Amino acid sequence: MSLSNQIKEYCKVKYSSIKVVLDQVEISVEKDNLLKLIQFLKDDPSCLFDQLSDITAVDYPNKKDRFLIIYQFLSITNNQRVRVLCPMNANDVVPSISKLYFSALWAERELWDMFGVYVDGHPDLRRLLTDYGFQGHPLRKDFPLTGFDEVSYETESRRVVYNKVKLTQDYRDFDFNSPWGVVDKIKDKKNND
Amino acid sequence: MTDTKIKPITMNFGPQHPAAHGVLRLVMEMDGEIITRADPHIGLLHRGTEKLIENKTYVQALPYFDRLDYVSPMNQEHAYALAIEKLLNVNVPLRSQYIRVLFCEIGRILNHILNITTFAIDVGAMTPLLWGFEEREKLMEFYERVSGARLHASYIRPGGVHQDLPDGLLEDIGLWADQFHGFIDDVETLLTENRIFKQRTVGIGKVSRDEALSLGFSGPCLRASGVKWDLRKSQPYEVYDKLDFDIPVGKTGDCYARYLVRMEEMRQSLKLIKQVINEIPNGDYITEDKKIAPPKRSEMKGSMEALIHHFKLYTEGFRPPKGRTYTCVEAPKGEFGVILESDGSNKPYRCKIRAPGFYFLSSLDYMSKGHMLADSVAIIGSLDIVFGEIDR
Repeated sequence: MSLSNQIKEYCKVKYSSIKVVLDQVEISVEKDNLLKLIQFLKDDPSCLFDQLSDITAVDYPNKKDRFLIIYQFLSITNNQRVRVLCPMNANDVVPSISKLYFSALWAERELWDMFGVYVDGHPDLRRLLTDYGFQGHPLRKDFPLTGFDEVSYETESRRVVYNKVKLTQDYRDFDFNSPWGVVDKIKDKKNND
Repeated sequence: MTDTKIKPITMNFGPQHPAAHGVLRLVMEMDGEIITRADPHIGLLHRGTEKLIENKTYVQALPYFDRLDYVSPMNQEHAYALAIEKLLNVNVPLRSQYIRVLFCEIGRILNHILNITTFAIDVGAMTPLLWGFEEREKLMEFYERVSGARLHASYIRPGGVHQDLPDGLLEDIGLWADQFHGFIDDVETLLTENRIFKQRTVGIGKVSRDEALSLGFSGPCLRASGVKWDLRKSQPYEVYDKLDFDIPVGKTGDCYARYLVRMEEMRQSLKLIKQVINEIPNGDYITEDKKIAPPKRSEMKGSMEALIHHFKLYTEGFRPPKGRTYTCVEAPKGEFGVILESDGSNKPYRCKIRAPGFYFLSSLDYMSKGHMLADSVAIIGSLDIVFGEIDR
């Protein structure tokens, strides 16, 4: 896939890197330049990314910039896709792009709900998928798979009650990773060095 | 007489309501009979699919995709399998590409039958639903014959499909396809020129081209607004570029146009199914690469190496190299995409599911503003909403 040279030039001068991963274009950008870049991607005649496909994040608990926010765009006019990556700290806020793309409204609500990434300038930043009164952000890597609360119907009081999760057996997470897989890692490391 | 001002009322709709197509809770602010704000409360079917996938190996995570949009299960699997294949960089044999297209189109018809007929029942027509479910049952029998399960097939696997087509299946699908035109014609005589159906749908929930793009529409809903866009044509995958079919495009962008587009899409899918039956080549149904696809049962009985491969694949699984991909297919509802990130281990590091219905429902507020209460039911019906994929 070839993205027009113009956008490449623009990105080189103004922002950070643009690269092609598995035939897909990825632009990494700093948080401060995010809105400017997305505005450019939407309006510039060589890009015209008229649809926002998705917003999501990836959690890397051990990195300095804990979250990587991913915006996936589609240009129906030019038949192109682009992915914008924006690394950010756990305490940072991302600007809302719901003024540019209506579909960002719920995508950003989900981002807040699942990762606890605060979206600045969003008109209605409520939780979306989790229960009323839910605590925590489930897609963070430090959130346990089993969660904290469980609900059940209590016959005596005739209502649904919330209890702390009680597991009759510990969650079993078998490590099937082949010990010989280490070889790949050494290879990777050598290549990086 | 002086005008009396009516205080707006807040009304609750669902979560258990036959017209809500599942567990949708709508909180609506009404000015008399007019909707001023519709706020969908979703997540009642939230199962944490993405979190679960992060804790399973790549192949173990595949069945979760059946359970997203349970109306057309194989199309979701297809997107996930394509994403893994992209990360692994494997080639899929030609025969299995044809099989995938065949079952994706069957899935499309499954989905459109359900949507059109339940949409019709929402606006008052009973008969299409009764007829449609008979046809759906026949199609699900084909699912069962090929995979062993009527609904949750887990049939499309990374590298190909789980097993080859059983004898006689293609002929039976061909026989079914020959008579299915009759069903579409029957439903059309019942609905397309039906006065009540048109009164309930024409001009309701209108979305213009630019609005549809900004709202994140895809699939039949986007095409009904006059955008000629179909991933099967514009970004072809599998063998769609070798097959001959047309993309129906609507003019008005209202509920009626969405219905018409789906009807025509069923005819096009039928055309595709017939082409696949005629053109499908012989050959492997899954890739030869034994690090990705399991060996045949018969092979395992005699070969130690095959047995080891089988064991390693179903315990450790394979490990795609580090990378990130967004892979999408034209699912019956629209663009169904998967953002899959691999950290080099045997489990996906992150798997984000882009469900088309999610964005349809997010635009419900925008679309139903200013309409009557009963129109919101027609809008929900025409958007084709299934909660399995919205809530994930």
